[in-house]
Amino acid sequence: MDNRIVYADNAATTQVDPRVIDKMLPYFSTGYGNASSLYALGQSAHTALEEARKNVAAVIGAQPREIFFTSGGTESDNYALRGMMHSRRAGGRRHLITTTIEHPAILQTCKALEKEGFRVTYLPVDHYGLVDLEALDKAICEDTLLVSVMAANNEIGTIEPIAEIGKLCHDRGVYFHTDAVQAYGHIPLDVQAMNIDLLSLSSHKINGPKGVGAIYIRSGLQPETFITGGGQEKGRRSGTENIPGIVGLGEAARLKQAEMAEESARVRALQRRLIDGVLRIPQTILTGHPTQRLPGNCSFAISAIEGESLVLFLDHEGVCASTGSACSTGSLDPSHVLMGIGLAHEVAHGSLRLTLGRFSTEEDVDHILEVLPRIVERLRSMSPVWKD
Amino acid sequence: MQYTEKVMDHLMHPRNVGELENANAIGEVGNMKCGDIMKMYMYINDDEIIQDVTFKTFGCGAAIATSSMATELVKGKSVKDAMQLTNQAVMEALDGLPPVKVHCSVLAEEAIRAALTDYYTRKGIDPVSVLGEPKHHDDEEEIPVID
Repeated sequence: MDNRIVYADNAATTQVDPRVIDKMLPYFSTGYGNASSLYALGQSAHTALEEARKNVAAVIGAQPREIFFTSGGTESDNYALRGMMHSRRAGGRRHLITTTIEHPAILQTCKALEKEGFRVTYLPVDHYGLVDLEALDKAICEDTLLVSVMAANNEIGTIEPIAEIGKLCHDRGVYFHTDAVQAYGHIPLDVQAMNIDLLSLSSHKINGPKGVGAIYIRSGLQPETFITGGGQEKGRRSGTENIPGIVGLGEAARLKQAEMAEESARVRALQRRLIDGVLRIPQTILTGHPTQRLPGNCSFAISAIEGESLVLFLDHEGVCASTGSACSTGSLDPSHVLMGIGLAHEVAHGSLRLTLGRFSTEEDVDHILEVLPRIVERLRSMSPVWKD
Repeated sequence: MQYTEKVMDHLMHPRNVGELENANAIGEVGNMKCGDIMKMYMYINDDEIIQDVTFKTFGCGAAIATSSMATELVKGKSVKDAMQLTNQAVMEALDGLPPVKVHCSVLAEEAIRAALTDYYTRKGIDPVSVLGEPKHHDDEEEIPVID
């Protein structure tokens, strides 16, 4: 065994691109001014902030003034849901529609809103993880204010029919929020063409730094502000701007925009190679949609073995991977996404997620394909439920 | 969640894995739904010494490590001593388990008991008369954790 690390968990977080770091560094050392200050040092920070806003907006066809910086995807999701449900524009509408396979940032926020007396409908998904448009159409009622459906799922990589959902929401007069934390910068998104009113995004999923993200809010919408203070971000998100982080996000977004076509083609080729290779392991299935999926996502269920021990053995061979098995979550239930797509408990226990990204190579894929079958065989040889 | 070095050692290099051809005591506990199944195989000789013991486990890292440790703790012991093995002892031998994994050590204790039950049943002896009533681990959360 060599000592290399094969990082195959890009849905969890990504390595910061050295070009992004280069762009950020001066804002720690020489360009440390407060963007609100009047002198030149502050103004150069302000210029950098607005440059980043432009770059973040361009990726989704938004206006720069529709982008507001936050601490990350979780805050953006909280702001979108809580802010919209509490907005004056809600006009007494107290119903929110989402899906069963959203990220906890959405689901836990929905639970909190339910405690406040709001009504939430959780739409089921099919076995690929796709939302049923008819069910959505039926769920929209008179007091529905907002629909929140993720652009792509973090565990199984399924890309939701966002354009169709946006059109439906637009036609029915309800607002549409999408959690695009996994999709932003990886697949084309257009807030105009897709009728998206609010969108959450995060920097560290696109080779940018952690601790920074943004929310797109369609011009004219006024979700209730819940971080009050010095009035930064036009009063919508107070707190001195994290200039180095925002500059990093801006540069990461610019690079994704410039390189998306080329990068996604390259990553998709690696994804194909990895999926084909892993599926050669007997009694292994692909989870999520066969074609409507994020470029880097390769998620599987491998029978007769358990995901946590698999991930620990992979780590021992230098491969960083994830699982949605029960044992990894500390509860007796596998992840809500695997349950949501209708996997039986015993199948979901063998879940393995490998997610490739900008810095993944063919050698990485080949290393995984060399060690994984061996590990699976070893664990199956220990498993009392394995039958050839 | 962090495993101790001992847990990782027993996971990466599990002792006594596999089936035992001449086993005269086999016990299986757990279920597929919960995601842990442990199967213990023992050969108990005429002096009631566990001469050989192996296991097969489907489950997380802690499930495999506790199985491995449990086999080490009972191997060469008398049936009487093996009956005394508690999940606490298994955890202690592994330098502790994360709180959410305590149930794996309970499973290991139960697997040993299941094998011994099988041994007495095969001999036509009422297992309860020897082993006593099964212990109740009703609330695993309340079992103190060794750090």
